[in-house]
Amino acid sequence: MVAVTETPERQQTRRSVRRRGSARKRIEARWAWILIAPSLIGLGVFSIWPIFRTLYYSFTLWGPFGGHTWNGLSNYKTLFSDSEVLRSLRNTIVFAALSLLSVPIGIVVSALLNRQGLKGLSIYRTIYFIPVITLPAAVALMWRFVYNGDYGPINQVLGAVGINGPHWTSDPSTALYSVAVVAIWSSIGYNMVLFLAGMQTIPRQFYEAAEIDGAGRIRQFFQITLPLLSPTIFFVTVISVINALQAFDLIYVMIGKNNPALADSETIVYLFYEKGFIQSNGGYAAAIAFLLLGIIIVFTAGQFWLQRRWVHYD
Amino acid sequence: MTQHKPTTSDRQSEWAQPSRRKVLASIPAALLMGAAACSKSSSSSSIASEKKQSGPVTLTYGLWDDTQMPAMKKIIAEFEKANPKITIRTAVTPWDSYWTKLQTAATGGSAPDVFWMTLAYAQLYESNGVLMPLTKPVASAKIDMSQYDPAIVKGYTWGNDIYALPKDIDSIALWYNKKLFAEANLKAPDNSWGWSDVLAAAQRLTKGDVHGIAATLSDQQTYYNTIPQAGGQVISDDGRKSGYDSPAAIAGLEFWTDMINKYHVSPSLQQMTDTDPQQMFGAGKIGMYYGGSWESVALKAIPYALKNVDVVPIPQGKTRKTVSNGLGNVIFAKTKYPREAWAFVQFLGSKRAAEIQAESGAVIPATKGTESAWVKSTPQFNLQTFVDELQYNYGFPVSINTPAWRDYATQHFTDAWTGKKPTADVARAIAKQMNSSLAKEPKRPS
Repeated sequence: MVAVTETPERQQTRRSVRRRGSARKRIEARWAWILIAPSLIGLGVFSIWPIFRTLYYSFTLWGPFGGHTWNGLSNYKTLFSDSEVLRSLRNTIVFAALSLLSVPIGIVVSALLNRQGLKGLSIYRTIYFIPVITLPAAVALMWRFVYNGDYGPINQVLGAVGINGPHWTSDPSTALYSVAVVAIWSSIGYNMVLFLAGMQTIPRQFYEAAEIDGAGRIRQFFQITLPLLSPTIFFVTVISVINALQAFDLIYVMIGKNNPALADSETIVYLFYEKGFIQSNGGYAAAIAFLLLGIIIVFTAGQFWLQRRWVHYD
Repeated sequence: MTQHKPTTSDRQSEWAQPSRRKVLASIPAALLMGAAACSKSSSSSSIASEKKQSGPVTLTYGLWDDTQMPAMKKIIAEFEKANPKITIRTAVTPWDSYWTKLQTAATGGSAPDVFWMTLAYAQLYESNGVLMPLTKPVASAKIDMSQYDPAIVKGYTWGNDIYALPKDIDSIALWYNKKLFAEANLKAPDNSWGWSDVLAAAQRLTKGDVHGIAATLSDQQTYYNTIPQAGGQVISDDGRKSGYDSPAAIAGLEFWTDMINKYHVSPSLQQMTDTDPQQMFGAGKIGMYYGGSWESVALKAIPYALKNVDVVPIPQGKTRKTVSNGLGNVIFAKTKYPREAWAFVQFLGSKRAAEIQAESGAVIPATKGTESAWVKSTPQFNLQTFVDELQYNYGFPVSINTPAWRDYATQHFTDAWTGKKPTADVARAIAKQMNSSLAKEPKRPS
């Protein structure tokens, strides 16, 4: 074996190549910084900095026109003994749990639409996606009419078969569920697009092989589709939970103030809005916002921890 | 649920709901603004000492009611004609976002030069130095404040200072369905009616899917009238104590809750949440409806109502009382153009501007003697009723931070309206919360 000796010339060229490479890298890096700077600055000024300001304000007593005084932990002390906060937390968690139903529904609908040779796929996709691009306020107003206890189509149909339907959105026992149905309905389209994209990355060969082995459609769905879709399911679940915990607009439009069902359907963000913007209690509202942030972090971290047990990356 | 006054009180506009994202997004912005503005404006700016502006000036005029825009545009056109160097730019923000936006803008020093104010927020803005005191300019322009309704003038006076020239006023009266009254062989209500007459008529009118009366959960339209009629108070005269726990106030509230839960002559709160009671009344499903002067515009637009409904004075209890709210035009304390802003506000408070508003039919101007044009705007209804009631009105009950307890009260009265808890218990619980909210307010100047 002939040992290849490094000549000084060779070392020289290698070094210069390396130097030239690192010079190019430096320039690239500089450009990268320049190009991401606008959004980084924007993020810093409009997101990161305010988060810390909000944290600071959550320890203050808030004046209506920006004046504030240090208040220590007193906002947080009130927070944990405030029955309104506890109640709206319960509502929010129930609402989030119900909203998660949109994940299995989305998977089933997508699986049905993902069949080979299905005619009019894009029409179905459009139909399911329409609620996603419609203004939430418009969706809520339309549903409020649908839910109307005296004149709404649901109760008209129920009435025709002799059932006396409730006032869906103003009866405390049904309001939260009625709103959750709308939340599910309007998020299926969004979830479905993600699920369909995920399903289409699953190689056909797997299904062909399964078919040769004699697996039926149902078996294929559980043995191939679900495991290989699990990263998408995980992503959609995390996003859905975060969205549901921040629910506000549907409650605001469909329930609204002076509704006898408000206490049983008011979410934590609605309470935040009420304290901060109606009652000018900004410091307390900031504390509520941090409570919500903490809850979202806990829920999301919990999901990331759980994912190791059921999400398959290959 | 119920519609408050779309012009002077808080109407929940369904078309301008802030989305969750918008609300969340506005937190950092609002907080940032809060950090930016630490100095409070001095409230002693005097117009006479300001330098005269020589160039053209553009003033921003903030308001919230689209239906009043035609009248406002006409007023602005006349003002601009007389003052060619001043241009007025209107900024319309729907009610729900108006106050959030205004509060943020005022904190950051960029509120409109001139804007609408309602009694419910007046003291909050006055006590924080956001508004320019108008006492001196009013005196030097020799404006006679007694030309405006005293309840409204009083509402915009803070300490010894006047902060607004009143724009309009409202009152509450009894709207009734002539057709349903005739079918039930009932005589039309009149000025002599008391509480028992209302109940008796409501019982006769209730039949099938028609209800005798709508016991709406709307403070201004219902219990802000019956509480003083029973001899009670919503808030003490000095604005320091709740009156909800007095037996008289409870009687004023029970007048309404009994209509639903004891006599069953009103739709339930659930029904009135799902369908606006004004709509039910306009469609002939309700016999009697306590409504405001501003509601004639909406009722006039329904052919059935235009033909079949009319209005009579509000039935009385132990004393004669009805509540009035009213808007005022105010000037931002930090405006760059106080002279021009004052010239504009002065015109907005003039008799000419009042007449233009009256003719539009939307609101009763606060200027006395201009009401007849408003009455004539809708001859189908006896609108003179509302004007006559101004003799025994009282100003909308307020303290410095009215929204803090007012919102809480309406939200918690739902338990009494649905019959979940006894009205007296709910009233006492609300009084307790209201008192603790009032205790946090600074003292008012005497």
